[in-house]
Parts: sequence; structure tokens; C-alpha cells
Amino acid sequence: MLDIFKIFSNDRNSSKNVAKERLKLVLIHDKGNYSPSVLEALKEDILLAIEKYMEVDEDNIEVKMIKTKSQDNLEMVPALVANIPIKKMK
Amino acid sequence: MSKVIVITSGKGGVGKTTSTANLGTALSLEGKRTIVIDADIGLRNLDVVMGLENRIVYDLVDIVEERCKYKQAMVKDKRFENLYLIPAAQTRDKDSVSPKQMKKLCDTLREEFDFILIDCPAGIENGFKNAIAGADEAIVVTTPEVSAVRDADRIIGLLEASEIHNPKLIINRLKIDMVQRGDMMNIDDILDILAIDLIGVVPDDENIVISTNRGEPAVTNQKSLAGQAYRNIAKRIQGEEIPFIDLNLNEGFVSKLKKLIGLK
Repeated sequence: MLDIFKIFSNDRNSSKNVAKERLKLVLIHDKGNYSPSVLEALKEDILLAIEKYMEVDEDNIEVKMIKTKSQDNLEMVPALVANIPIKKMK
Repeated sequence: MSKVIVITSGKGGVGKTTSTANLGTALSLEGKRTIVIDADIGLRNLDVVMGLENRIVYDLVDIVEERCKYKQAMVKDKRFENLYLIPAAQTRDKDSVSPKQMKKLCDTLREEFDFILIDCPAGIENGFKNAIAGADEAIVVTTPEVSAVRDADRIIGLLEASEIHNPKLIINRLKIDMVQRGDMMNIDDILDILAIDLIGVVPDDENIVISTNRGEPAVTNQKSLAGQAYRNIAKRIQGEEIPFIDLNLNEGFVSKLKKLIGLK
């Protein structure tokens, strides 16, 4: 049977597109636990942004990736968590 | 300048040994002095894929434990000038060799060979660490399947962490009809996810099974599309530029296939 939609297979339901989306998500989860250099760079950038508004305790800043339950409580998703002690507002 | 290239994947069964056997053979056919090393200690297969299983006297573990000199363990392939094999041990395991010993062996072999290809075992434990220890470069093999791509991604991360940068990708066992139907990821999908340079695409080819049955690498079979793909990859390894073109749904099947493997 000639399925017109399958010929132009950027059809979102094509199994390969499902595979691709699943892979992307799975790889974000998989990477959730490492890449310290990225986190370090991220920390620097976050610091620069925050310092416009407040003075913070630079030595005690913590930025890390954790897994947390998603909104609908169905699955664990990666989340970025930053702990930034404030010295004073500007 | 000699090159030590490790052929790895993470996932088992995606074509590392087949790729090592065929690339080694193809490089030797181009006149390069080539040695292939089976680093899958305990589960040796490179010998049988190459049809050299009856020629083994000593193996990799014999060399590192100094029961023989490396030249005694080297099996010279009588069919192909310039091609040699160091087989794995079958009755030992991956802890019988250390990364330091592998590096030392590779450094010794550099003096005699243009290309040293290391067939890496599946996994990420000691077998993998040993296989990459002496390598300058890496080729990551994957198939267009979810689990293989996921493992390839992990392996790429581990390679970079071990200072082996810019690994190259082989996409193996691509089935063009499935890609056209939308039931298999295409080259761009995989490159999108893995984000490393592509060095070759090998179509799924029954001739690979036949060639392994006979112990005659597919690169010697002019009718094998996989063989032709491997010959092209061997040229790219040597620095030749052979163009890739992605699958385009508007093209005819046969011309697409030809472009895929670099034929005009």
C-alpha cells in the first residue's frame, strides 16, 4: 500500500524520529553526572549575572546537576541546582 | 609517521572486529605496512574473521609476559603483503595485560609499521583501558540503533577524558530501505547526536557474513558494497578526501547508494 505520509518521512511518528527524541533525552540524563568543566564555566557565568544585583560569597557557591521528579511526578529529570550565599543586596 | 588507531564502540556486536579486519586488509593492499592487534583477551575473534586461526603460535599475553618476542607472535598474512596480526589469548582475561604494557608494545611496533590497528573489546572496563593505552587516534563504530548510539556517546566521552581527541565515526550496517521508510535513523540523525566527524558509512551487506564464513575480508570482494565502503574508509584514513553525500529522498535508490559509499 502506498502510504503518502511515509514517503515524506519527517513524520514525527516515524519510528526513527521517536528513536532520535528518546536518544536525546536519554543522553541528557546519562550526562547528568559529569562534565565538571561545563559546570565550572556555568558557575562563572552565573556569578557574573548575579553580581549585577547583589554581593555574594564567591568561595561558598555550589552549582551542580541533580535528578529530580518532574512536574507530573512521572519520571526523574535532570535539574541544575545552585546554592549562592548572599552577603548583601546592591 | 606511524599511527596507532583503536577501533572501539562500547556496544558489542556493532562491527569493531569486522572493521579492524577489513581496514587492516585495505590499508595493506594500499601498500602500507599494517598490523592489527586483537585486544579482546579471552574472547578472541580477529583471527577467525581474518581466516588466520590456524596460524597462531603465540599471542598478546605471551608477548607481555615475555615468553616470546613480539616478532614470534606476529602472524604474517600470506595472502596480503604488508599485513600482520597479533592475536589475543583465548584462555586468559582482560586483566592479563596492563595499559603500560600495551603502550610499550605499540611504541615498539611504531618502528616497523605504518598503521597499527587495535581491535578493542566491548565495554568500558580494563579491556577498553588497555586497548586505548597506546593509541593516537580512535575510530568509533556504531550502528543506527538506539543502544549502539547511546554506548557510542559514552565511549566518546571516555576517549576525550583519556586525551584521545577528535575520534572519527563509522556508521555500520545502514539499511537504506529502512532509512527511506523512516524506520532507521539516517546519517544526519546520528551525527546530530554524536557530533564527531564521520569517516565512513558501511551499508548492511550479506557479503560480510559470507566473508567471515570463509575468513576472507570483504574488501577483496569487488561485488561487496561493504567492502567498497571499507576501502574508501581506508583511503580517508590515509588522508584522501572522498566525498560523502547524505541520503536525499528525491534520488533514485541506486544512485543514492552509490553516493553513500563514495562512488560516482
